[in-house]
Amino acid sequence: MTRTRTPGISRRSTLALMGAGAMSFAAPWVARAQAKTIKIGMPTILSGRVAQLGTSSRNAVMLEVEKINAAGGLAGRQIEMVIRDSKGQPQEAARVARELVNTDGCELMIDAEASSGAFAVHEVARDLGVFCIHTNSETSSLTADPKQHIPNAFRTARQGVHDSIVGGSYAAAIAKAKGLKKWATCSPDYAYGRDTTAEFTLYLKRFAPEVEIISESWPKLFQPDYTEVVTKILQAKPQALYSCLWGGDLTSYIDQANIYAMFGQMEVFAVNMADYTALTVVKNLPKGIHSGNRYIKTFPTTPENAAWGDAYKAKYNEYPTNWSWENATAIMLMAEAAKKANSADGKKIAEALKGLTIKCPFGADGTVTMRGDDHTLVGYAIGWGTTIPQEPYVPEVKAGDWKTIFELEAEWKKSKGYT
Amino acid sequence: MDLDALAGCLSSSACLVTQTTSGLIIGMLLFLVAVGLTLIFGVLKVVNFSHGAFYMFGAYFAMTAYQLTGSFALAMLAGAAGTAILGLIFERVFMSRVYGADVLMQLLVCYAFVLIFDDVVRIIWGPEFKAMGMPAAFQVMPLFIAGGVVPPYYLLLIGVALVAAIVLGIGLSRSRIGKVIRAAAHNPGMVSALGINTGLIYGGVFALGGMLAGLAGALAAPVRSLTPGMGFSVLIESFIVTVIGGMGSILGALIGALLLGLIRSFGSLGFPLFTEGLMYLFMVIVLVSKPTGLFGKEAA
Repeated sequence: MTRTRTPGISRRSTLALMGAGAMSFAAPWVARAQAKTIKIGMPTILSGRVAQLGTSSRNAVMLEVEKINAAGGLAGRQIEMVIRDSKGQPQEAARVARELVNTDGCELMIDAEASSGAFAVHEVARDLGVFCIHTNSETSSLTADPKQHIPNAFRTARQGVHDSIVGGSYAAAIAKAKGLKKWATCSPDYAYGRDTTAEFTLYLKRFAPEVEIISESWPKLFQPDYTEVVTKILQAKPQALYSCLWGGDLTSYIDQANIYAMFGQMEVFAVNMADYTALTVVKNLPKGIHSGNRYIKTFPTTPENAAWGDAYKAKYNEYPTNWSWENATAIMLMAEAAKKANSADGKKIAEALKGLTIKCPFGADGTVTMRGDDHTLVGYAIGWGTTIPQEPYVPEVKAGDWKTIFELEAEWKKSKGYT
Repeated sequence: MDLDALAGCLSSSACLVTQTTSGLIIGMLLFLVAVGLTLIFGVLKVVNFSHGAFYMFGAYFAMTAYQLTGSFALAMLAGAAGTAILGLIFERVFMSRVYGADVLMQLLVCYAFVLIFDDVVRIIWGPEFKAMGMPAAFQVMPLFIAGGVVPPYYLLLIGVALVAAIVLGIGLSRSRIGKVIRAAAHNPGMVSALGINTGLIYGGVFALGGMLAGLAGALAAPVRSLTPGMGFSVLIESFIVTVIGGMGSILGALIGALLLGLIRSFGSLGFPLFTEGLMYLFMVIVLVSKPTGLFGKEAA
């Protein structure tokens, strides 16, 4: 074995330089190596404005993969992650995904792209039949629309419609209690901002029909200055404001609205506020902003979740993001499914994954489930609370009720013609 | 379109005050960036596409100085002085080599530095966005003037920009250095023949332009998030300002920036879905009716 392999490697490296001819020699050696390790391909965004989220996805995946490898690997095979930058461009994400399977020999795929890229990678998964878990795209139709459905693709990200149902009912309860009838919205002007705002107001009005939207603002994505938006909202004098601005846009907006004392004049509902990326950056975080949970180590309030958040912080010296838990969950589910199937084969993992419930630090009741009929994650911790300027930032999160979510989600699917 | 909202605002003093000051704030910050651009073009005859980077560096320098010293004044100083030095080095080492070259060459050098500067920021400060935070002195309730809301920090911001505009205007037209700069813009060969070091003037003008953009970045840092690449968004609007006002004209940059600010603040009420478009439409109208811009001189 050793005698035949040693010259094999040196010949291979020599021939590799000479070009395509080397491939035929190298191939059997690669195939032998695969018997031990299993390569998982992962396109994600590692450069540009959203790089922080992509990096946090990679960090979370590596944290979990290390644990699995230490425990013996995926059905006995050590995992080797092959992680590539898509620069946040859908066409690049698709190209990278294809290359990971065809050239790098990845047998499984974690698609850690934002929505635009996820739909592109989904088509690659459809074409190549490779097992794929979408970890970051929250766009509901990715799994809700039966036209998108393929047996080999799953999603471990939260889903837009779940968030809207929980957010809408939470906001409506406060609207009723405090008599907030006049609402304004301010969200980034692209698909995510438009869709999320529409879904939120749909459910807000459903639970609190007396609510009226009196002003809408649609700043550009990555707009540096929001002064005219802030003053426009002040003119409209709403009692409450909804926003799905996120990241640096949200922190800019808060700083600029702060000096107009906006937060004293209305209740603010910012779904993306309670994420460490924003919470730790804003210097003068106003008290009492309502936000959905993204990732916060105090919700669910379990030792498992707190320990996971602390372990991540200890390793990477920053807190995890929303994308972190979604990616960690993907690896956890994949490992359990492989154990159940006793195989690292994509088809068998996919079969075992359908309807699989696992123990998970991010579960509302300590478990999460990969729903069998539409291949999307359910049962994850979802809720809303209000901010305070220092840790734990959102001291109390009111958990959403999954029974209500399921009922309204089914209704929503019907209204969209998905079922 | 929501013309009722616009009309309603124009007839209410509270709204008029709030929206006008909001327009002035947007305009004045834009002016500081645009005036550097127009100054550099006026004297050096290069279009500095990397100008946004100075705005970015100004903001980062100010944030770092603020974190180290806790002094807002020092933060502003660091933003302005740091970018001035950076501008001088950039001009002497790189830009001065492409003065005679064609526009494409200059464009390429500038564009290369847009990417390089962004990566430098990424390496030094990290890729994630940052916030400087509002100094405690300005964390106060906004003023209410005739019912309109005006934050004190923005009054300071408008004041600083206005002082910069006046000093620049008077300095260029009255002082000896100003006269030399204008002479160098007009006929560098003659100025050089009179024994004046034109290289020094060019470097100085570039440093001044960079400093003004850096000051804008420093002033914006407490209210805008800092990211690599943040200069690009202000660059495009600065170009619109200089095109409207006339390339090379300081008064034009001031008027152009204020007009753009007011278009944004009132446009967002009357034409919420077309505020951006309104800016470009205005630029087109100016270009069609006066191709050199409002205060631009006919090409010599």
